Amino acid sequence: MQKLGDFKLPHFFNYPPYFTLQPVRETREKQIQLWKELILDYCRTQKIFIVRLEEEFPLFSNSVIERTLSHEAREAFLSALVAEGRAEWLDKGRRNCLILWHRIQEWADIIVNFVKDNGFEDSVMTVEEIRSGIESRGTELHGIDRTILMRALKLLEQKGKLAIFKGTSTDDEGVKFSV
Amino acid sequence: MSNFFSKAEVTSSGRPVLLRNEVECHLLSAVDLEPEDHRHFSLLKSGLLILTTHRLIWLPSLSASTPTSASAIPLAAISHIFSSKKSLKSVFHSPRIRFQVLVSSDGRVFDPGSESGSSSGSGSRSVVVTAVIRGKGDCDGFLVKFWDSWRARAWEATETSDSGSASASGSGAATGTGGGLYSSDGSVRMVGVAGILRKEQEMWESTDKSLQDAFQDLNALMSKAKEMVMLAEKMRQKLLSGTSSQTSGTNDEDMGSKEEMQDWLLSVGIISPVTKESAGALYHQQLSRQLADFVRIPLERAGGMINLIDAYCLFNRARGTELISPDDMLQACSLWEKFDVPVMLRKFDSGVMVIQNKSHSDEEVFARIKSLVTKPEALLTGISPTDAAMTLGIAPAMAKEHLLTAEIKGLLCRDISPDGFRFYINLFPEIDPCNMYFVKNYGICSTWIKAVSTTG
Repeated sequence: MQKLGDFKLPHFFNYPPYFTLQPVRETREKQIQLWKELILDYCRTQKIFIVRLEEEFPLFSNSVIERTLSHEAREAFLSALVAEGRAEWLDKGRRNCLILWHRIQEWADIIVNFVKDNGFEDSVMTVEEIRSGIESRGTELHGIDRTILMRALKLLEQKGKLAIFKGTSTDDEGVKFSV
Repeated sequence: MSNFFSKAEVTSSGRPVLLRNEVECHLLSAVDLEPEDHRHFSLLKSGLLILTTHRLIWLPSLSASTPTSASAIPLAAISHIFSSKKSLKSVFHSPRIRFQVLVSSDGRVFDPGSESGSSSGSGSRSVVVTAVIRGKGDCDGFLVKFWDSWRARAWEATETSDSGSASASGSGAATGTGGGLYSSDGSVRMVGVAGILRKEQEMWESTDKSLQDAFQDLNALMSKAKEMVMLAEKMRQKLLSGTSSQTSGTNDEDMGSKEEMQDWLLSVGIISPVTKESAGALYHQQLSRQLADFVRIPLERAGGMINLIDAYCLFNRARGTELISPDDMLQACSLWEKFDVPVMLRKFDSGVMVIQNKSHSDEEVFARIKSLVTKPEALLTGISPTDAAMTLGIAPAMAKEHLLTAEIKGLLCRDISPDGFRFYINLFPEIDPCNMYFVKNYGICSTWIKAVSTTG
């Protein structure tokens, strides 16, 4: 089985037509589905939050069969993810895509669980601590993309589960939980 | 005896020195020049007579026993050239050319270039000179050229063209126009080229004029054509209105004349409007049948399918004359639906139109493609339209159409890469997105994986 780093690749990754955007509707729909799953899987395991179309993305090329996804194909697959709510375009030019292999709501739930597991129900933490603190190590929260984290926190704030307050600098942004 | 004729200058090798712009036109050998009054003047015997644009030059033959110098008669001094009389006598005698020369007061040939000529005025007297041609030269041709040169009056021409040609590069004059190579100061001159340029200019001007005239005619034609078109339209309308009325009223005669009218219109190039509703004009019907017969053999050779354009070319080439237009071809093919012919016109999604046998079955072609594309090598590298063409025995362009159709049906997938445009068997239906890593141990997917893994 072929690997990309420590990621196991499915067998059809070596199927050349997989790398050509198919024109026939039915075939294309299947192809898009497969790519969506693969992208999400890969990003989840490799903790990749942003995919930049114009940069090299290991998943988009296969050196064994010497094929690379065209820009059009990349945009097509990512747009499909966006349409499904599993990704967002970060710019109007569609060059950078935020991958939500957990939806924002899911991230919010993970945060709540994290808080409960560690007994932080009434405490205060900085945002950075949530991302990279000792407690977060080993959890999915560790190394989370800051944008996503803020979105999840804001969602929780709207639900009244916490309050975000600004410190003297961005690094000091903090959260008071009231889970 | 003094010389009747003017003296002609000669170079050291015996060639005449030509005047500025003077060009040699013709020559005759073994010519005697006899002035009428040869009691007082010597006659010139058996020399080379050279006609130029300006003079008649007589050169003594090299073997002349009496040293006679070269002589010349300026064409300007000639007042008349007699036309040759063909009489019984002339059959036996050597041909003669007779002409009349003006003489000045001293009885010699009037030389307009010399001082004596201009001061003494043109002579009132004239003398007839006879040139007896004892050699084998073309006498009649010489006479014609003689007339031409004399009438052309080149000695009166202006010098402007000469100054233009003199500035051109030096080597062009020595070509076979028969022109003199050396000018009076010994340098090579350009008269020939200048003459050619002048002729070009004149030709261009006359072409321009005739074009203008032609366009005048065209304008007249266009206004008439407008009337013709209106007339044709009226007839067309009449035909149309004729068919819309119920057929019960028409009798055979009417139908016959209507058909005739349609044929006439067709021959002028106006398509009969009735064709679409009825079985079509007789012309197209015949054409349609003829085409169906003709196309049988090329179809077999091409493996059952032939591009419409190729068929068109073949058909017209076979016809030789009375070629048909692409429109006629299309009409003829469309009529096949109405007849019972074994061929049909088919249009692919890509727009390509082909003629194929009615017996042609797409399913059969797909079966053959499928077996081709599931071979081990094809599983690995796919197939190109050329590969398919070889297997199916048809042209690559046709093969590509089949492959594209198979792709639309979901049988194949395309792979576009720097290696080109290739097709693979479609594996996508076999893959379950919810269970991407799972492969059934039967079916095309497993076959594919086995083929891929054996090559490592």
